[in-house]
Amino acid sequence: MKDIYILAYAQNPIVADAKAANEVELIMPVVHQVFKQTGFTQNDIGFTCSGSCDYLQGAAFAFVEGLSAIQTNPPIKESHVEMDAAWALYESILKIQMGDAETALIYGFGKSSPGDLPFVSTLQTDPYYMSPLWPDKTSLAALQAQLLMNKGLLTKKDMYEALTQSISNAKNNPNALVTAMPSEDDYLTADYLSSPLSAFDCAPISDGASAMIIGTEEAAAKLGLQKIKISSVHHSIETSNFGARDLSTSESIIGLGKKINLKSFELDFAELHTQFTYEIPFIRGLLDLGNIDINLSGGPLAGNVMMAAGLDSIGKSFELLKNNDFNNGLAHASSGPCLQQNMLVHLEKIND
Amino acid sequence: MTEEKKDFFVSDISLSYQYTAGNATTRFLNKVAEGKLVAQKCPKCSAVYVPPRGSCPRCGVATEEELELPDTGAVESFTIVHIPIPGNPIVPPYVSAMIRLDGADISFLHLIQEIDLADIRIGMRVQAVWKDKSDWGTTLENIKWFKPTGEDDVDPSVFKFKE
Repeated sequence: MKDIYILAYAQNPIVADAKAANEVELIMPVVHQVFKQTGFTQNDIGFTCSGSCDYLQGAAFAFVEGLSAIQTNPPIKESHVEMDAAWALYESILKIQMGDAETALIYGFGKSSPGDLPFVSTLQTDPYYMSPLWPDKTSLAALQAQLLMNKGLLTKKDMYEALTQSISNAKNNPNALVTAMPSEDDYLTADYLSSPLSAFDCAPISDGASAMIIGTEEAAAKLGLQKIKISSVHHSIETSNFGARDLSTSESIIGLGKKINLKSFELDFAELHTQFTYEIPFIRGLLDLGNIDINLSGGPLAGNVMMAAGLDSIGKSFELLKNNDFNNGLAHASSGPCLQQNMLVHLEKIND
Repeated sequence: MTEEKKDFFVSDISLSYQYTAGNATTRFLNKVAEGKLVAQKCPKCSAVYVPPRGSCPRCGVATEEELELPDTGAVESFTIVHIPIPGNPIVPPYVSAMIRLDGADISFLHLIQEIDLADIRIGMRVQAVWKDKSDWGTTLENIKWFKPTGEDDVDPSVFKFKE
C-alpha cells in the first residue's frame, strides 16, 4: 500500500442562501484555492473526483455542468459520486493505490437552499418501499433520537451540550454559518420539528463547496509542506431498510472503529459528520471516545453543506493537525438516514 | 361490505425548487430582456461564450469580460423535426439549429423559419427575428426564430474551436 497525504484543503464561507450562484461559481473559488496552496495546476492532477447530488438544487446533470469550473483541456481523468465528497476522496485513494494517479483533486458542492431539504433527502431512501411513504430526514433522525432516549442512552441535556460546544467551537472557524448561542431556556422551550428534535437540533440549511488535493509520498515531498498522512480509511453501510436495523446502536460505526484500530494510537480530537445534536453523544459512546474534543471546527451544526460536509470533517482534521500541536485526528463522514453509511479516517501528522 | 384488498398504491414524486441560473447567466438574461446578446470572454484563451455560464471550461477560469454580439450568425448544424413533442406548441416539420453568432466560439439551439425546409444547410447566414418589444422577458424566447439573410454561406471550417 502506498502512503497517501492530504496536500491542501479549502472551504467556501458557508452561507444560508448562495442566491443566484450556480455550481460553477461555488466550485471555482475552492479549486483555485487548493491550487494556490500547492502551486499545482490541473495539469499536475492525475485524477479528479467530485461529490454532489443534483436533487439538492433541482438541476439535472449539475454535476456535469460543475466540471466547467475546472480546466478540462487537455482531457482529464474524472469521476463523480452522487454522495458526499468524502466518498469521492475514497475513490481517489483507490485510484492512487491502483497506480492510476499520483495526485487527485476532490471537490464537493451543495446548494440546499432552492429546495425543501428534509424531503429532498427522502429520495436517498429505498425507492420501492420507503420513499413513496415520504419519510423526511428530520423525522427519521427523530425516530433514532427518541429510541435512544427511551433506552436511557440520551438526554436533552446531552443534546444541548453537544450544540453549545459546537457553536462555541465554531467561533474558531471563519467559514461557519451559525455562531449565535441559544440559551438553555430557548433550547428547551423550542417547538419540535419532529419530537424530540427542534430546529436547534438540526444542522442549518447551507450552501457552499469544498476542495482537497491528495498525493503520494513523492508528490508530498516535492511540496515540502507539513505531512499529514491518511493512515487508515474504511467505510461500511447498513441495510436501507431501517426497520431491520437496531437504531439504538450502529454496527457500521462500531465495526469501523475496530477496523481503523482506534485504540492503537493516542487520539487528539475527532471531527464528526453529525447533522443532528444527538449524533455527537451517540457516536462518542459508540466509539468510546471518552472526553476527546469533538468538532473543534464547529462541525455540521455550525454549517452543513450537503455533499461537502463529510469531506469537510476530513479537511478540518487536516487543518487542525497542521496548525496545532496534535498528532492524531479522527474524521467521520456519513450518508443516508440514521447514520446508515459511515466512513472513518485516521489522519496522522508525520514528523520527519 | 367487504374490505377491498389493495396490492399497490400510487405515490406521487414531486419536489419544488427556487431554481437560479447562476450569477453570470443572470447578467446575460437581464441583457436579453433589453434585446442585447452579451457574451463573456475567457481571459486566458480569448474564447467567447454565449450564452455564458461564467467560466471557460477549457481553462477553468472565470469569464469576467463581457462584450455585446450582433444578432446575426450562421447555422453550425441543424435537424428537421418531424415528430411532435407533447406540450410543444410548434407544429412539425420545423428546423432546430445550432446557431453560431458572429464573434462567438460556441453555438446555441434555436429555431429557423421563413425558409423552405429543403434549402436549410450548414454555413447558411441567419439573423434573429425578435418578438414585439412589449413581450420581452429574461429569456432567449425573446427571439422568435432566426431567418436567412440571403448573404453568401460561410465556410464550415470557421466553426472549428480555435486553438
